[in-house]
Amino acid sequence: MLRRRQLLCSSAAAWATGAYALWPGLSTALATAPPQAQSGPAQKLVVVMLRGAVDGLSVVVPHGDAEYRQSRGSIALPAPGSADGSVLPLDPLFGLHPALARLMPLWQRGHLGFVHASGSPDPTRSHFDAQDYMETGTPGRKSTPDGWMNRLLAQLPGPVAPTRAVNMGPTPPRILAGGAAVANLGVGPRALEAKAIDNPELQAALGRLYGREGDLARTLQETKESRIEMGRSMAMAEARSRQAQRDAQMSPGDNGRSSDPSADAGAPTARGFAADALRLGQLIQADPHTQLAFTSVGGWDTHVNQGGARGALSNRLGSLGEGLESLVQGLGDAFEHTVIVVMSEFGRTVRQNGTGGTDHGRGNVMWLLGGPVAGGRVRGEWPGLDRSALADGRDLAVTTDFRGVLSPILQQHLGLSDHAMGQVFPGFSGPILSGSILRS
Amino acid sequence: MITRRRLAGGLFLGTGAACGLAHPLVWARSTDALSETSRALHALNRLAYGPRPADIQALQAQGAQTWLNNFLAEQLEPQKLIMPTALASRLQGLETLELSQAELLGRYRRVAQAATAAASPQASEAAAPNAMDGAMSNPTMGSASADGANAEAAQARARREYVRPVVLQAAQARLARAIESPAQLQEVLVEFWFNHFNVFIGKGPVSVLAGAYEREAVRPHVLGRFRDLLGATAKHPAMLLYLDNAQSVRPGYRVPALQAMANPNAARLNGLNENYARELMELHTLGVDGGYTQQDVTELARMLTGWTIDGRSARLGRSGPLFVFDPSRHDNSVKHWMGQTIEPAGQAEGERALDLLAAHPATARHIAFKMAQAFVADQPPAALVGRLAERFLSTQGDLKAVTRELIASDEFWQPQRYGVKFKTPYHYLISSLRALGLGAPTDVGPLLQVLAQAGMPLYGAQTPDGYKNVAGAWMSPEALAQRVQFATSLADRRARQGARLEADAQRLMEALGPLWNPTTREAVNAEPAPMRLALLLSSPEFMKR
Repeated sequence: MLRRRQLLCSSAAAWATGAYALWPGLSTALATAPPQAQSGPAQKLVVVMLRGAVDGLSVVVPHGDAEYRQSRGSIALPAPGSADGSVLPLDPLFGLHPALARLMPLWQRGHLGFVHASGSPDPTRSHFDAQDYMETGTPGRKSTPDGWMNRLLAQLPGPVAPTRAVNMGPTPPRILAGGAAVANLGVGPRALEAKAIDNPELQAALGRLYGREGDLARTLQETKESRIEMGRSMAMAEARSRQAQRDAQMSPGDNGRSSDPSADAGAPTARGFAADALRLGQLIQADPHTQLAFTSVGGWDTHVNQGGARGALSNRLGSLGEGLESLVQGLGDAFEHTVIVVMSEFGRTVRQNGTGGTDHGRGNVMWLLGGPVAGGRVRGEWPGLDRSALADGRDLAVTTDFRGVLSPILQQHLGLSDHAMGQVFPGFSGPILSGSILRS
Repeated sequence: MITRRRLAGGLFLGTGAACGLAHPLVWARSTDALSETSRALHALNRLAYGPRPADIQALQAQGAQTWLNNFLAEQLEPQKLIMPTALASRLQGLETLELSQAELLGRYRRVAQAATAAASPQASEAAAPNAMDGAMSNPTMGSASADGANAEAAQARARREYVRPVVLQAAQARLARAIESPAQLQEVLVEFWFNHFNVFIGKGPVSVLAGAYEREAVRPHVLGRFRDLLGATAKHPAMLLYLDNAQSVRPGYRVPALQAMANPNAARLNGLNENYARELMELHTLGVDGGYTQQDVTELARMLTGWTIDGRSARLGRSGPLFVFDPSRHDNSVKHWMGQTIEPAGQAEGERALDLLAAHPATARHIAFKMAQAFVADQPPAALVGRLAERFLSTQGDLKAVTRELIASDEFWQPQRYGVKFKTPYHYLISSLRALGLGAPTDVGPLLQVLAQAGMPLYGAQTPDGYKNVAGAWMSPEALAQRVQFATSLADRRARQGARLEADAQRLMEALGPLWNPTTREAVNAEPAPMRLALLLSSPEFMKR
């Protein structure tokens, strides 16, 4: 933990000279790596969905709001500097949960920002409907057959490729459902190991078995194309990371880094999500075609004893922070061209419930990370926690539609036309979040 | 329809001539008999976990129509079916299946105690959190003491010794029954209803209770009354803990001093938790569009305060159900719920709520839709959903009557339904083993791993909506890669055990004869022999049901 933080902080100084400096070993490897066949860097979007409704008021804590402490009782987090486990100052009103300390260097560099009191205009407090709406991009309409990231994939300018969109996870998410082909990265350390299906003879036999038509034929086609591409990219990423490891071993202590070579090379120590996120980042970095990626993390439904600076939610946020750090690390120089959005279906009640937790609410906070992000600010109109300002007298009101946060990213970052926007978010006419969330 | 006819006709010629099936003429004499065979296969695919070689033999020996009539009649009366001795003795060997709710919770408590004991050997029993407080005292959350590492190791040992066998044996029982039980529809329904009233073993003490929940609250009622099923799940400690109702109390509640001393976590309870009340209406009964409001959720949560677990009986290891209504926790004020004024009546308020919810037309529609989706089509025919809902209402939620209506419906038997529903990972796994005539392996670990890898860990659906039952939720390049991998490794394992793969494939093709369509037979037979078994298990008619 300490070592990782040191690593990030030490490279913070070097950041000013460009994103390549974040992982010095990697940059050396890149300098010597053969140039990639690509015309300019592709702009990328990674969406991380926190399923189960994370308590946004514990992520970006409105400690400056007089009602906060009163409503939150035993799970309230201390104001900055006031006690052990106090929040990390973001601005006079907000502080970051201390379990996310490892993301502070990104904030300080202006590559991490938040939009508070954001969410869906639909008032449902059902996890499943709310997730559905956030994934179809059509709040209140259940009949939408596909997900907005799949429609986005179809609208992206430039040539089609089998790995242009990647889902990481064992099952296909609603957000990527639709007609455009999506590559799939499994989870766990063996996610990209060769499998029986990579055997060309078996592939050919399956092709004959499934014929040309139908869902299985289509899935097989996607499987073949994407696995070849991902295998190639991962081999490249692994070669780079080996090179980085060699570089690190050759210059111990360089740039004030610790002399533990494995830590310097950024090998993930964490299990689970962090390792998966690192792999995803590496894959995106190594594959010039990949522009969209999605993954989700569950376990945020903290009805009971969610804790404050320590406890269940804190542990969970710690792992998430570690995962995001790994993702950034895996992205390497591609971080400069990547926007990462972290979102959740709704927020949680302003008042702590009777069992040391929080129940289903409305407004939440969206997180934005990446080179193109104009971060270092908590954006969005803060409605306040005063009872009269709460939705239904109990929940943080939604002042920014989640599509109003995503739209500028799709337009300015991914270059979508107005017409294309109408396809991705049909029926959404704004308003979009005021003030630019991206660097010009 | 046309393709089916052709398929069956082709089968007749192909199998009859080349493979010498036992009684090809009996089932293949007329077009009607052919379609009877297709119907029988459809029944095995939808009302069971796929055909076993023995099923096909019986079907061919008796004639498809006779076999099918018998099968359908038997499946609705599972208590009359005789459990094979092997299965019965296997289940008898699982000693944790006999443990009471209190004994199970006691095992879970041992884990917390192990940690406390390791951290400070003097203070064990008193400081050990009470298992009934669920996630509050989840021992996996680890302690931050200097002896943290010690405590963690002790916990891990205790978990291996006390908790893991319970979870594993529950899984063994579930898988063995699914693979081997002749009461297949019952097993399919147990999976369906467990999933409908899902609980998750990853949440603290639910780990030790999920198996008991299935045995005590779900299994006895899958062909019984919906109200009984609803009540049994509402009162089972697994559900009370999973959706937190065990800890939901009236505002201002003070934990009695003695109880607070025995259990420091309980001392913190001081109000409502609306988790169960919401999911009870949204998922278990009315459905999300069932016409209730946030106010109804809060009011129902108040009506259900006091529905909890008898902590004292749990600690004393008493036998029998641990559900208790604790009047001191109950919110005794008037409630306004679903347009009704609910006068204070203690436990009766919750019972009345369950009565009303179980008999509500929205519940009938919701259940009808889910059953039709699971058994008939991802987008179930509206007319069928309507009839099932009607049946549900007219029989006061008699699930046997509703299931019978479903099986008797034209929609269920429409030929365009045959072999088109993409199997869930669970169905795919079980049906593969059945197709090969295999029993449940002694070590189910690898099977559980396959399910986890596929995103469908057994008892591992984290959220209360359980797993989806539509192709969109499962079909993806990753799923295809994994299924082909599983089929291949199954074949490899057979080869390592000395089986001749060529013969295995041939046997499978013959044993499930009518399942395979002619193009698959042709395509598979054209490939190298070692590949054929994996190809059969990867074929469209095996990926789907």
